[in-house]
Amino acid sequence: MPNLRDIRRKIEAIKKIGQITRAMNMVAAAKLRGAQMRLEQFRPYGEKFREVIQELVASGAVLPSQFPLMQEREVKTVGLVLVTADRGLCGAFNTNLIKEAEKFQAERSAQGQKVKFICVGKKGFQYFRTRAEILEGYPDVMGRVLMQDARSIARRTMRAFLEEEIDEAWVIYGYFINVVRQIPKREKLLPISVEQEGGAEEKAFKGAPIYEPSPEELFDQILPMYINTRIYAAMLETAVSEQAARMTAMDNANRACGDMVRDLTLLFNKTRQASITKELMDIVGGAEALKG
Amino acid sequence: MARILLEIVTPERLLVSEEVDIVTAPGVAGEFGVMAGHAPMVAGIKIGPLHYRVGDKEEWIALGGGFCEVTGKKVSFLVETAERAYEIDVERALRAKERAEKRLQEAQAKGDRMAEARARAALQRALTRIALAERVKSGHPR
Repeated sequence: MPNLRDIRRKIEAIKKIGQITRAMNMVAAAKLRGAQMRLEQFRPYGEKFREVIQELVASGAVLPSQFPLMQEREVKTVGLVLVTADRGLCGAFNTNLIKEAEKFQAERSAQGQKVKFICVGKKGFQYFRTRAEILEGYPDVMGRVLMQDARSIARRTMRAFLEEEIDEAWVIYGYFINVVRQIPKREKLLPISVEQEGGAEEKAFKGAPIYEPSPEELFDQILPMYINTRIYAAMLETAVSEQAARMTAMDNANRACGDMVRDLTLLFNKTRQASITKELMDIVGGAEALKG
Repeated sequence: MARILLEIVTPERLLVSEEVDIVTAPGVAGEFGVMAGHAPMVAGIKIGPLHYRVGDKEEWIALGGGFCEVTGKKVSFLVETAERAYEIDVERALRAKERAEKRLQEAQAKGDRMAEARARAALQRALTRIALAERVKSGHPR
C-alpha cells in the first residue's frame, strides 16, 4: 500500500509544477502578442522589397545574370540557414525543425550535394554542432529578434555564396499558421530568383519610373538588404511560432497536472480510508481479544 | 497647396505616416526633394538626414540606408533605421562614433575591406545622429 505521506508530497510537487506551467503559459501568451505585433509591422516592409525587385526585373531595366547574388551555378554545396528557438519546453517545435533539416540534408546527399549549416537559435546549433558541418552558429539571438543580428547572419550567408563556399542557400524556419499550428517551412534564399507573373503589362501601363541612381546601382544596393529582410522575417516568424508552440505545450502540461492531482487525491483519500479502517479493525480486534 | 503622403518604414515600425508639403532626402546620387505631383521614381537612400515640412512644422529624421519609392500620391522610404531628431540619444551616438572610429582604424591597419566599409557606415550613422541632435538642441524649429 502506498505511503500516505509520499502521496501528499507528490500532490504538492505536481501542484507546484502546475503553477510553473501556468505562469509559463501566460508569459508565452504575452510574448506571442508582442512578437505577432512586430511581425505585423514588419510585413509591409518585407513585401515592398520583393515588389520593387520584381518590378525592376519585370521592366527589363536590369538583367539578373549581371548580379552575382542572382547567378545560378552548378550546385555542389548547399548552405542551409536553420532557424530554431533558443529554448525548449515548447513541445515538438524544435524537433520538427531539426527533422525537416535532416530530411533536407538527406535529399541533397542523395543528389550528391553537400550541406553546410548556418544555425540560428541555440537548439538547432546544439544538435548539429556534432553531427554536421557548421559554417557558423548564432545561439542566443532568438530571445530578442534584432535586425542587427539578421544583418550579420545575412552577411555571412552572402559571403559564403559569393566566395563559392556554397552554391545555393536555403532557409528552414517555423512558419506560423495559427496558434495551434506551426510547420517547418523551407525557402530558397540564394541565388535570388524572381518569379515573373505578368508584371510587364502592368508596368507598361504605369510607365517606367525614374531610377536614381541607375537601375543597376540601385539593384546592387537593394539585393543585400532584401536578403537581410528575408532572414529577419524567418527569425520573426520562428519567434512567433515558438511562443505559440510553448503556449500550447504549457496549456497541455497544465491540464495534465490537473488530471494527475485529481487522480492522486483520489488515491490519497482511498489510502487514508483504508488505513483508518485498518486501525479500527486493529482496535476492535484487540478489544475482542481482551474480552475473550 | 497639394500635399503628398510621406511614409517612413523601418523593419521595426512605421515611423511617419503624414501628409507633408515637401520632403528632402539624402539620395545615393545626391540630395533630392519631393513635393506633390512628383513623377514616379525609385531612388537609393544613403545614410543621412531627412527633412520634411508641413505648414510651419519642420521635422528632421536620421535615416539609415535603404530606398525610396515615389508614386502618384505617396512617397515611401524603406530604410534600415530611422529616428526623429529629438529621439536621438546623443551619448549613445557619441559612444558609437568612438567605437566606429576605433574599428575603422583597426580595419585599415589589417586591410580588411569589408570591415572597413562596415565601420565607415557605422561612423556615418553616428555622425548623422550627432549632427541632427545638435541642430535640434541649438533651437532649430522642428
